Amino acid sequence: MEKKEEKREVEMISAKEIRDKYLRHDMMPHIFCTGCGIGNVLDYTLWALEKEGLDMDKTVFLSGIGCSSRLPGYIDVDSLHTTHGRALAFATGVKITNPELNVIVFTGDGDCMGIGGNHFIHACRRNIDITVIAVNNYIYGMTGGQVAPTTPEGDYATTAPYGNLEPAFDMSEMAISSGATYVARWGVKRPNQPINSIQEALQNKGMSFVEMMSPCTTAYSRQNRMGSIEEFWDWYDNKTILAEDHERIKQYGSEEEKEELKDKIKVGVLHKEEKKSLSERIQELIEEVQV
Amino acid sequence: MMKPGTYFMEGNTACAEGAIAAGCTFFAGYPITPASEILERMAKRFPEFHGSYLQMEDELASITAILGASWAGRKAMTATSGPGFSLMMENYGLGLMTETPCVIVNVMRGGPSTGLPTKVAQGDVNQTRWGTHGDVGVVVYVPSSPQEMFDLTIKAFNTSEKYRLPVVVLSDEMVSHMTEKVDIPKKEDIEIVERKKPEEPPERSLPFCPDEDLVPPMANAGEGYSVHVTGLTHDEKGHPSIDEETQNKLVTRLIDKIRKNADDILEYEEYMVQDADIIVVAYGSVYRAAREAVEIARDKGIKAGLLRPITIWPFPEDRIYDLAKNGTDNFLVAEINFGQIVFEVERCTGGAANTYLAPRMGGNIHTPEEIVDRMEAIEEGKIPDFKE
Ligand SMILES: Cc1ncc(C[n+]2csc(CCOP(=O)(O)OP(=O)(O)O)c2C)c(N)n1
Repeated sequence: MEKKEEKREVEMISAKEIRDKYLRHDMMPHIFCTGCGIGNVLDYTLWALEKEGLDMDKTVFLSGIGCSSRLPGYIDVDSLHTTHGRALAFATGVKITNPELNVIVFTGDGDCMGIGGNHFIHACRRNIDITVIAVNNYIYGMTGGQVAPTTPEGDYATTAPYGNLEPAFDMSEMAISSGATYVARWGVKRPNQPINSIQEALQNKGMSFVEMMSPCTTAYSRQNRMGSIEEFWDWYDNKTILAEDHERIKQYGSEEEKEELKDKIKVGVLHKEEKKSLSERIQELIEEVQV
Repeated sequence: MMKPGTYFMEGNTACAEGAIAAGCTFFAGYPITPASEILERMAKRFPEFHGSYLQMEDELASITAILGASWAGRKAMTATSGPGFSLMMENYGLGLMTETPCVIVNVMRGGPSTGLPTKVAQGDVNQTRWGTHGDVGVVVYVPSSPQEMFDLTIKAFNTSEKYRLPVVVLSDEMVSHMTEKVDIPKKEDIEIVERKKPEEPPERSLPFCPDEDLVPPMANAGEGYSVHVTGLTHDEKGHPSIDEETQNKLVTRLIDKIRKNADDILEYEEYMVQDADIIVVAYGSVYRAAREAVEIARDKGIKAGLLRPITIWPFPEDRIYDLAKNGTDNFLVAEINFGQIVFEVERCTGGAANTYLAPRMGGNIHTPEEIVDRMEAIEEGKIPDFKE
């Protein structure tokens, strides 16, 4: 991704200054419910943009359809709010034809892994130089809490009133196996790691995927008897394990520790690799054919 | 673009070359008979002049990617046939709603479903008009020769840029796979239209506020205008809105943009209609047989004429009404479907003439003789109405 200048002094900046600088104020009030994690994801993204010093005139946000896909509308940049599941195909057209643009996509778990699953795996395979920030709330939020391909087995949804019978997809594992070159997953509870991770994702020249585990207090908590946002955050702490710890236990842990791993969700930077992006390969081809 | 001159060229190749001549630098597609030659030509040609070609995972992605390329400032195209065109309906609508210039080529083959992949039909005419959900105004060109595959593809790009919408080139298997003489003009003899750019500075710009022609100027992504583009109903700022008034204003403008500029967009060709008692209406490959049929009928003493819509949408409605009012008794629509444009013709005559159909279900075009037989039967009063 293109930075404004190579070396930048990062000045101290307040949250208010961040809001003033990046948000499209005449779009407020926003649509998100109290306790929703999507605002945290936006906040972390804006801090990462600020730290990285991206030129906002050369930055484009895209999204599909869903609560999380409303985010680009609130940022004062070129923002393309497309159709359900199709943002990655749209973003492919933008990035391939104008490689100087920084392209960032917000998507939901249904948008990305349900209706858009095919575009998702192919965007990873092509290693398009874009950053995808997926808000995983394990449910279809916008439409009122229907089951998603990411909903844990046994959990309740309006269309899984007896509990979800199907196993869930792991989006980050899917990104890795499909060819993405930077993959990380974090809960929204703590800001620092996600901010750093989104910044690394922006720096990666290739397909970067950051999965943010994010509470849907309205559609998910109610149906799954999680009363408050605090319960959600405890759930993240109890349910997740840092990728490094996971690796250590797998190698050196006791049998009980290994047994416990089975129910855990790995968080952290899950994958990093250097590989040419599709834009670079197209550029090389053009030079070859011209000669 | 290609060196100017006269070539012996296949319709699909001419279409790809027309796109290149129009300034198209991005193509995204998914293979399908009988459109694949367009993809293959683009894949070969694009790196030669800094364009890019992508074979996408499906047609949903193909059309969406070209919309993205258009917002990134490029002229872009996709090509497909019936099954893929059906998949494109969702984002054809997104393109119409967000006023995104681009070109979609649909080479018609026999349907429904997988149908007759390698053979001609014209069953998608109404789909191009009514296939996406909601009310829309559309522009659709129907070529009937390889030369027109070249010329009308350029026109489709020009119209898409001028009126800001995805424009369809509706070819059929026969026209696309026909090899004929194609003249490639000199670059300076080809008219090229580019999208209007905003004159206001970003802070004062209303990205979806139209000029007098009902078309808003377009700032591409990366030009500093911070445009919000959404398929949701939006106001002139581009911001989503759920009120009835905004919906009314936007949808009316999107339809009027085509309706009120129809005189500028509309194209048709006439042959011997002046004194005609019976006019054959035909388009695409069928036009070629219909023209011969009119000549045979004239030799037999039938006062026959021909009307060929070149833009099938907008449709030459006023012209048909005039002809019906001024002496033409009968219209005969020859099309490779069970009757689509025939209803449009019947509507446009306003009851001032009779309308008949010469249908075919696909696989081949009409023979001139069968169209002549139909004309004779109509003249002799043997066919009560077009449902017979
Ligand atoms: C083609 C299509 N099918 C269905 C819908 C309805 N729909 C809108 S949002 C949504 C689910 C969104 O869920 P997710 O992507 O997980 O995002 P969230 O709202 O949870 O952030 C659905 C099914 C649609 N807009 N388009």
